[in-house]
Amino acid sequence: MADPIIRIEKLDKSFGTLKVLDGLSFEVKPGEKLALIGPSGSGKTTILRILMTLETITAGRIEVCGEPLYHIQRGGREVPADEAHLHHMRRHIGMVFQHFNLFPHKSVLENITLAPMLTKAEPRAKAEARAMELLDMVGLADKAKSMPSQLSGGQKQRAAIARALALQPRIMLFDEVTSALDPELVEEVLLVMKRLAAETDMTMLLVTHEMGFAHEFADRVLFFDKGCIVEEGPPDRIFTNPTQERTQTFLRKIIAAGHRV
Amino acid sequence: MEWDWAFVAEITPTLLQGLKLTLFITLLSAIVAAVLGLVLAIARRSQNLLIARPVGAFAEFIRGTPLLVQLYFIFYVLPDIGIVLSPLVAGVIGMGLHYATYTAEVYRAGIENVPKGQWEAARATNLTIPQTWQHVIIPQAVPPMIPALANYLIAMFKETPLLSAITVLELMNQAKSVANSSYRYIEPMTLVGVFFLATSLVSVVMLRALEHRYGRLGK
Repeated sequence: MADPIIRIEKLDKSFGTLKVLDGLSFEVKPGEKLALIGPSGSGKTTILRILMTLETITAGRIEVCGEPLYHIQRGGREVPADEAHLHHMRRHIGMVFQHFNLFPHKSVLENITLAPMLTKAEPRAKAEARAMELLDMVGLADKAKSMPSQLSGGQKQRAAIARALALQPRIMLFDEVTSALDPELVEEVLLVMKRLAAETDMTMLLVTHEMGFAHEFADRVLFFDKGCIVEEGPPDRIFTNPTQERTQTFLRKIIAAGHRV
Repeated sequence: MEWDWAFVAEITPTLLQGLKLTLFITLLSAIVAAVLGLVLAIARRSQNLLIARPVGAFAEFIRGTPLLVQLYFIFYVLPDIGIVLSPLVAGVIGMGLHYATYTAEVYRAGIENVPKGQWEAARATNLTIPQTWQHVIIPQAVPPMIPALANYLIAMFKETPLLSAITVLELMNQAKSVANSSYRYIEPMTLVGVFFLATSLVSVVMLRALEHRYGRLGK
């Protein structure tokens, strides 16, 4: 079996006195599609943000692609990583946000080419050719010259997915990517993600409230509550036959709220 | 006292010399204020408190003391410690520095208006911090602040007569020297007023255009 691409060991994260992650440990295999579900405030988004280095960790250790994410070797021992190391590690990871966070002053095409040109010194022609391929894949080839403000929510999110893919990360993080969308626009984004999951061997971590999609998309589901993993397993088992009471309660509430599982 | 058109004609070229210098100084000071203000604003946001705190205190100090005193200090006191500046350079540094502390506040507000998600997207696409400033934050923060910055430009222009105190031959100083040698004040001072008013009016029209162009941007 391949070495894990992500290894999280005894991870703690507190915001002030509030403990969001409590001694969390899990591993992700290369190419695995992982869905993180659970009630709000259970810490699942925080994990993605920590992996993207948008938050710092309070205690514990994370390895990504075989290297410690938040630690470096110095003088024969591990010390907290500096910005240069984080920059080096971020190459492996891409993220798609709930609120898209496209750069509003740049066209769709420029949103996608900016980072490859700046961080990988790709020539413009090459970056643009790739961007057009990606836009074609997410069905936005005709919107390359548009500004983000001219797009619908679903189009914005598809553009944001293309932007993250342009850097060719080995790990993609999707943070409630359909939560801010009007219901009729959710499907087009999920379709893109399904194709992505089917056609690439990228490792994907998905935080979502779309249980139906998590069921279809994921190889493994982690159910979180209060900063810990309560239950994990293949989606068929978690969604149809959860063993833990907290998982059962959560899924009942979701179904009662009208979501399909 | 009668208005003397012949005298007006005689002194106008001298005063126009002064006006030219006034505009030149305003422009140079504005550039200093615009660039230095941005540096101050970014430094005050620094995570490193050893940078942020002293820069903040310095800016408060400059903003809390009169420009005239600062000009005297730069021009008449600094030579005591071996720093001798020409009136023009001292004036540009003084005005530029003073207004930099105001533009820094405009920048700060503009920068804080850029949503946190933009910083996060820049980080997620692995831009370095300087790249984030250059390509993501500043291009979004600056357009909405252009009207406010232009306002300070006009205010600065109207403060240039203070530079006569450190012997810069700008418009007001030229008028004073003309008046002192001819013992006629009405024409030179009226002309100074007219020149300032005319330039300000043109600037205000341009400012309105800028507000129209950029005021709504960024939304």
